[in-house]
Amino acid sequence: MPGMDLRWSYYSAHMATALLEPKPGGLYCADGDFFVDPVRPVKRAVITHGHSDHARAGHTAVLATAETLAIMNVRCGPNFAGSTQAARYGETVSFGATKVTLRPAGHILGSAQAVVERGGERIVVSGDYKRRRDPTCARFEPVEADVFITEATFGLPVFCHPPDTQEIAKLMHSVAVFPERAHLVGAYSLGKAQRVIALLREAGYDAPIYLHGAMVALCALYERFGVKLGALVPVDEVKDKNFAGRIVVAPPSALGDRWTRRLGDHVNSFASGWMRIRARARQQGVELPLIISDHADWEELTATVNELRPRELWVTHGQEDALVHYAKSIGVPARPLSLKGYDDTGEGEPEMPSQAGLFPVNGNGNGSTNGR
Amino acid sequence: MNRFAELLTALAFQPQRNGKLRLLTDYFRTVRDPDRGYALAGITGGLRFVHAKPALIRGLVEARIDPVLFDLSYDYVGDLAETVALIWPRRHGANIPPSLGEIVETLATLGKAELPRRLEVWLDALDADGRLALIKLITGGLRVGVSARLAKTAVAAIKDVDPNEIEELWPALTPPYLDLFAWLDGRAEKPTAKARAVFRPVMLAHAIEEEDWPRLDPADFIAEWKWDGIRVQAVSEGGVQRLYSRTGEDVGSAFPDVIDALTDEVVVDGELLVMRNGEAASFNELQQRLNRKGVTAKMLEGYPAGIRAYDLLMLDGEDLRGRPFIERRARLEKFITERKPARLDLSPVVPFATWADLAAHRGRPPSPAVEGIMLKRKVSPYLPGRVKGEWWKWKHDPHLVDAVLMYAQRGHGKRSSYYSDYTFGVWKGEELVPVGKAYFGFTDEELVRIDRFVRAHTTNKFGPVLEVTHDRKTGLVFEVAFEGLARSSRHKSGVAMRFPRINRLRWDKPPGEADTIETLERMLPSPQIG
Repeated sequence: MPGMDLRWSYYSAHMATALLEPKPGGLYCADGDFFVDPVRPVKRAVITHGHSDHARAGHTAVLATAETLAIMNVRCGPNFAGSTQAARYGETVSFGATKVTLRPAGHILGSAQAVVERGGERIVVSGDYKRRRDPTCARFEPVEADVFITEATFGLPVFCHPPDTQEIAKLMHSVAVFPERAHLVGAYSLGKAQRVIALLREAGYDAPIYLHGAMVALCALYERFGVKLGALVPVDEVKDKNFAGRIVVAPPSALGDRWTRRLGDHVNSFASGWMRIRARARQQGVELPLIISDHADWEELTATVNELRPRELWVTHGQEDALVHYAKSIGVPARPLSLKGYDDTGEGEPEMPSQAGLFPVNGNGNGSTNGR
Repeated sequence: MNRFAELLTALAFQPQRNGKLRLLTDYFRTVRDPDRGYALAGITGGLRFVHAKPALIRGLVEARIDPVLFDLSYDYVGDLAETVALIWPRRHGANIPPSLGEIVETLATLGKAELPRRLEVWLDALDADGRLALIKLITGGLRVGVSARLAKTAVAAIKDVDPNEIEELWPALTPPYLDLFAWLDGRAEKPTAKARAVFRPVMLAHAIEEEDWPRLDPADFIAEWKWDGIRVQAVSEGGVQRLYSRTGEDVGSAFPDVIDALTDEVVVDGELLVMRNGEAASFNELQQRLNRKGVTAKMLEGYPAGIRAYDLLMLDGEDLRGRPFIERRARLEKFITERKPARLDLSPVVPFATWADLAAHRGRPPSPAVEGIMLKRKVSPYLPGRVKGEWWKWKHDPHLVDAVLMYAQRGHGKRSSYYSDYTFGVWKGEELVPVGKAYFGFTDEELVRIDRFVRAHTTNKFGPVLEVTHDRKTGLVFEVAFEGLARSSRHKSGVAMRFPRINRLRWDKPPGEADTIETLERMLPSPQIG
């Protein structure tokens, strides 16, 4: 659209150097010499949250919330970066004339928006975010911005996530209807798993919940940060090997894997925003789809654009076209920002062969979370 | 409606029969009248109202949403009803969600002009699953994937009664089945089967096994041919004629020729066949008459149907089911020779003195439409279900071919971590063409071995489907057993198998030595001119 392009050129030309610009390694701030969520090792990185497509090992210096740094420590080992700096929500850190402030994004524990400012110009990198309540993390805080960079994982109006209480009720109803079968809930091991467990507890489910090995260390980390998850038992510590009537949480890659044979007859469930589309659920052999997402749905995305009314909206990973179209229809100049290396299909934990080591689910399947 | 929609969603994702049964029983136990009754009617095909066209639904949504956003969404989701259900922008301040009962009862009387407005109000009040169920219901696209029999079995489980009791009552009941549920809840007496032409649960046979023969005395049995058609029960009572399948589904609408010919007061158990001048045609020809919306005059002429009678359950108001088979058979013969009913003939008995005699007959069937022999104990009454020891079926040996495993898919439930569903093919020149799919016939130990083979020989992945190495040297050969073969334009190979299963694993056989499509084509029945 010509109108949008003019605004974009105006913005780029107007600034001496753009505050943030897309580079092959990620969003780069030349003045402060740092990247936000870089996809390759860099000198200085600001990390929004701990999902593996945003938080990679090998940077010289990393700025993130204490929770995110702890998550990276668990997932990548203690030497994941040369040096680290923890910032509290609302605390401002200066890189030259550029200031960076982290604000809650409501996505997972420790997730933050990166607010980047210089000389009265402000860009907000939302990272991945959601607006609804989540008992496992701080709630999204809207920040006025000249440029708002939004995700668009569920950027189509067909995505309207139902209330999570309703989905948890579905799970508990199924456990009551099929008491002789186990219920295996596929959930990303960082964020979704802990949220599902916390929601089950809020719904009054107080029996032990059984964990795949890939979940154990991260659940312990959530507990350390004060998120109460109740009684958790690693699957491999169950002596009687009888999982009938029990709830087991495992990474999605474990669904249908040989690892599940130890559970006996079980209902395959999957907690993901993608479960909204029936064909997606069927393709994965899911019997009990639970539509629970840590990403903003269409209503949250559009409400946020309406609330912030940024001078420009940049849209990254996901269904950019519809959200760009919508923003322009309400008079907010918008453009897709093609950044390579981020997962635009799932929830931060793509099932890629390169990640297989993180989820030792084949055969012995009792591994730790620290694959590498 | 939301609870009904939740049931439909759960059923849509539940692959196991027992799982579906459990979901249904839970629903019928916990949902109130009249909703559960209308749900039962919806599942058994008993709801009647004028349907809306999909274009009406599309028009409603297009009036509310940006066309670019709608197109992007439809493109992504791929299914119109699902797209509309998901994208529907609700207006706030909607009413409480309508119940299924409210929807069904309103639709029964609603004028066509009022429908769009009413639909909008309902769509505003329902959630996404509820909207999808409503759209499917109202456009006549409600396909639940549950047979009427299974739904009735689930209802019977409320009170733990025999599903056959429900079958017997069924024709006397109407939606929303308040009297039925009142009885099952223990609030009222059992309703009476006062209606005419009800279904009588059918008697079924066991497949005879090697070890059964020594225990059976040939003198106790009558043998007759087992015809390869559809087992039916033809009922004609008090001017009402019905044709039921063996599970009690009314299949009469596809066979008006057979229905019209039923003029006596009678209940006959027999085989529905395409018949020309007293000759039974193959099952493939009967299939031309099945699953069709309307029956054309050309169909009726080209594929005339009739019943080959096996048994007589009622005659002129007299219930014969308690009488021994030999007496019912005599009454049946007398009935047919004396009254000469149209489109109804007698399945002849096969005379024999020893099992060896019978085996000789079985080897020389009088018609290609024979699929084996039935053995019936002379003294047996007509009992519902598969009663052990009274009736036996001795089928033909199945057809066998050697085919090569091409694709594999995971199973469900206990098998969800095993590649247990197989597509196999035979050679057509230098390439393999798929000819069928099978997911049973092997032991658990064999499954473990096949699963290992599939994982070790995966060459490609198409969504949930794995392609498995299948060249002339490397691959897995299955000996596949099947009951029959038909021409099929929907399959690349041009043929479709009936009831295929894995008979044996041929780990020893190189794929290059598997069968060819020519072998299968020779097994096809010769085409008949209709």
